[in-house]
Amino acid sequence: MTDPTTLTAAELGGAIAAGDITAVEAAEAHYARIDAVDGAIHAFLHLDREGALAQAADIDRRVAAGERLGPLAGVPLALKDVLVQRGVPTTAGSRMLEGWRPPYDATVVTRLREAGVVILGKTNMDEFAMGSSTEHSAYGPTRNPWNTDRIPGGSGGGSAAAVSAFMAPLAIGTDTGGSIRQPAAVTGSVGVKPTYGSVSRRGLIAFSSSLDQAGPCARTVLDTALLHEAIAGHDPLDSTSIDAPVPAVVAAARHADVRGMRVGIVRELTGEGYQPDVQARFDESVELLRELGAEIVEVHCPNFVHALAAYYLIAPSEASSNLARFDGMRYGLRVGDDGTHSAEEVMALSRAAGFGAEVKRRIMIGTYALSSGYYDAYYGQAQKVRTLITRDFEAAFARVDVLISPTTPTTAFRIGERLDDPMAMYRADLATIPSNLAGNSAMSIPAGLDSDGLPVGLQIMAPALADDRLYRVGAAVETALNARWGGPLLDKLTVGGTR
Amino acid sequence: MTDAVLAYDEVLESYDPVLGLEVHVELGTASKMFCGCSTEFGAEPNTQVCPVCLGLPGSLPVVNAVAVESAIRIGLALNCSIAPWSRFARKNYFYPDMPKDFQTSQYDEPIAFDGWLDVEVPTDDGVRTFRVEIERAHMEEDTGKSLHVGGATGRIHGADFSLVDYNRAGIPLIEIVTKPLAGAGELAPEVARAYVTELRELLVGLGISEARMDRGQLRCDANVSLRPRWAEGEEPTPLGTRTETKNVNSFRSVERAVRFEMCRHAAVLSGGGTILQETRHFHENDGTTTSGRIKSDAEDYRYFPEPDLVPIAPDPEWIEKLRGTLPESPAERRRRLSEAWGFSDKDLQAAVNAGAVDLITATVAAGTTPDAARKWWLGELARRANETGADLDALGVSPVQVAQLQALVDAGRINDKLARQVLDGVLLGEGSPEDVVVARGLEVVSDTGALGAAVDAAIAARPDVAEKIRGGKVAAVGALVGAVMKATRGQADAATVKDLILARLTADS
Ligand SMILES: [Zn+2]
Repeated sequence: MTDPTTLTAAELGGAIAAGDITAVEAAEAHYARIDAVDGAIHAFLHLDREGALAQAADIDRRVAAGERLGPLAGVPLALKDVLVQRGVPTTAGSRMLEGWRPPYDATVVTRLREAGVVILGKTNMDEFAMGSSTEHSAYGPTRNPWNTDRIPGGSGGGSAAAVSAFMAPLAIGTDTGGSIRQPAAVTGSVGVKPTYGSVSRRGLIAFSSSLDQAGPCARTVLDTALLHEAIAGHDPLDSTSIDAPVPAVVAAARHADVRGMRVGIVRELTGEGYQPDVQARFDESVELLRELGAEIVEVHCPNFVHALAAYYLIAPSEASSNLARFDGMRYGLRVGDDGTHSAEEVMALSRAAGFGAEVKRRIMIGTYALSSGYYDAYYGQAQKVRTLITRDFEAAFARVDVLISPTTPTTAFRIGERLDDPMAMYRADLATIPSNLAGNSAMSIPAGLDSDGLPVGLQIMAPALADDRLYRVGAAVETALNARWGGPLLDKLTVGGTR
Repeated sequence: MTDAVLAYDEVLESYDPVLGLEVHVELGTASKMFCGCSTEFGAEPNTQVCPVCLGLPGSLPVVNAVAVESAIRIGLALNCSIAPWSRFARKNYFYPDMPKDFQTSQYDEPIAFDGWLDVEVPTDDGVRTFRVEIERAHMEEDTGKSLHVGGATGRIHGADFSLVDYNRAGIPLIEIVTKPLAGAGELAPEVARAYVTELRELLVGLGISEARMDRGQLRCDANVSLRPRWAEGEEPTPLGTRTETKNVNSFRSVERAVRFEMCRHAAVLSGGGTILQETRHFHENDGTTTSGRIKSDAEDYRYFPEPDLVPIAPDPEWIEKLRGTLPESPAERRRRLSEAWGFSDKDLQAAVNAGAVDLITATVAAGTTPDAARKWWLGELARRANETGADLDALGVSPVQVAQLQALVDAGRINDKLARQVLDGVLLGEGSPEDVVVARGLEVVSDTGALGAAVDAAIAARPDVAEKIRGGKVAAVGALVGAVMKATRGQADAATVKDLILARLTADS
């Protein structure tokens, strides 16, 4: 039997449907892989072996009974710990929620179950998704499978590391400012932030409600599309969910042809501030697209230079309110409940003990930005910038089908390197943030390696509800690059001497 | 410590009151504002909750369409403009009964704004009408309910522990805020009461809430400030500092709280002091208020648009359709009832301000004459409500029971005095008036045979009085009637007794 962990999700799903591999075998093989390598990586915070194997056994029974299931039935998946799963510990990477077991399933989890996807466990992340390195997890950092001294990106470093280290073919991430795409870029995997409102946020522990969006992570563009299709769609229980058909992303991923497409290079997202290797891989991708028949156009999005500043007012403002509920009263950590403290003091003590430094920093920023007398100058102004950035995108998309840029200014930095320099940490999301502010869709795919052998990501951006364009362009680039490299980039990866 | 107060007449010699009334009404929707949980009153604590109204991580709100419809109908009934586009906002503050530690409310973009409601106050010179201008009506969610156990005050400060019931958390509320109401002068407390009463009648008429103050379905915060009087032709003096009195749980309390705050403010101001902008708590037992939170600039709710909800943009056609569903206004209804019942303006106004119109209507519907119904609700029942501090509808006797009581009187089975005893029984939960009559044996003794023995005994006991009557002093009969009534524990019909005595003593003369 082929080692199930080496297969793509599409291949594994096909093998399970054909009865060549059972879902239980697939889950067990991935757990074995996790047991072998996750000690060095720390992608997972919790493994739900019992639940996953029961779910896999159910899939096997249904396959044996001749039921026709979806393309991902029986395929294992790693779930970012910011999505609630009934009865399974969910922490959002915070001490605040240590030991909390949600009484309900996120809509994404419900959709995964309906698709027969087997949820192996919960992955590590920066606390409440605030960070770009997964170093802000209360449970210790995740390491980059390409080089364990390096960060795996963040906040969804655990999901990206799990996928790139072959511990799961699929993972769910959430992207508020780049938390799916930046980890995908620095781990050599594929990640998509779908159009805001196209994947339900119900059960996604909110960081910044107007920016948060769950999305798929995988090793191939097609796998990413299959997962995208499984989780997207209207949810009446999320008021911001879009009631529109999901773009045909799987068909697009199979239609790897960019001939006649107009591809825009965003001048503001290249050049200065971008690592020379990153710029070089990007320039090569542009050439490749030209060779594949795309028309390359240069566009300007002048307001993108303000995106980072606007983001770091809007996201912390919403977070300061979203995280207020963690007060030790109803669930999670409670400190000082010894009969000597008032309820107000217990709230303060619980929050002081439960939140990490980065979360506190952002709560402080957001509280300040929303304060009376400062609101207009900060939050109000940031919302205006947001509108201008949306208009920049609209102007650009009037001329081109997709925009491209490097996903990140640099490849994976060293663990600890930016912990004392929040601004340097924040700049990791320079190129990913504009799509969140505008609510558009965007993807990161591998574009090659830098001189240290670390992955570089190519970002593709499309208008809202045109997510299918990402997959069409992504699949074309992926096919051409794999041909050039003689196989997928991740096949070059060995983790701790394994594989 | 008791606050010094100035006599009411003195207050008005020097000061002019300005009121602001904030009324919260719980909508009678089947489900909560942002989730599907039941709103049924009185369930076991924390049994009507879900991830949304408990504010669990990851939960999201979905707006209850019926609540939006109710808000629009209230806005229309209050002559407000309906916003073509409005939003929810988050009001951020920490409190254990606030599951998300923010309240989803509306801030600078309310669904209804700029309206008015006319209220009428009876005076010695006839009924005066005041137009109360409405600033806004907006939607929000209720908080949970805290119970602070131990400690002296029943408030969170100093309590041994606190319990929170989240059944109420997320129940739809409409907050109706008036513009500053000036010019009521000495009638300010009555105007405040009349406004809340009128508003309640309007809400009940709309069928969107039972609006019972005793159940907290209608809650009023009364803002009061005083400004020095100014001479005719001069610029009005600037508005004074206001206090906001909470916990005002009956119509009568609204009036009392406003009156007390006016007298307290005046005492402070006359003594050269300044009024603190603060929340005050009203105490039902003695009609006073005590200091709550100091409202300072530090109190910053950090409002911002609720990102989990999309704006509300009601279709203008729908709004017009809802306008068509509005019932007659309370004022129109009163005119109609006044005619049907034959009440004087003053009687009807008294009924309105006692919150008795619906009760009288229901009593009449149950077969009582309008006059008899009015006498019950504005007489004996109003007196009892006054004694206990409850509103009439919270007294514990239903219109149907009042009608049954009156029917017993009309049938001659009980007299007025007995009726009051029957009412005692009903209020004590002993059942219907009929049940009480039977159980307590309160029926009038009209059987002349049975009475005859008592009459004979009374005559035999007082030969002196009997002699006087025989001698023509008929007025002396009262003493004997009293004796018979006493002997029959009030259950005899006094007129019958008198007839019997006179028949016996004058027949053989
Ligand atoms: Zn609920």
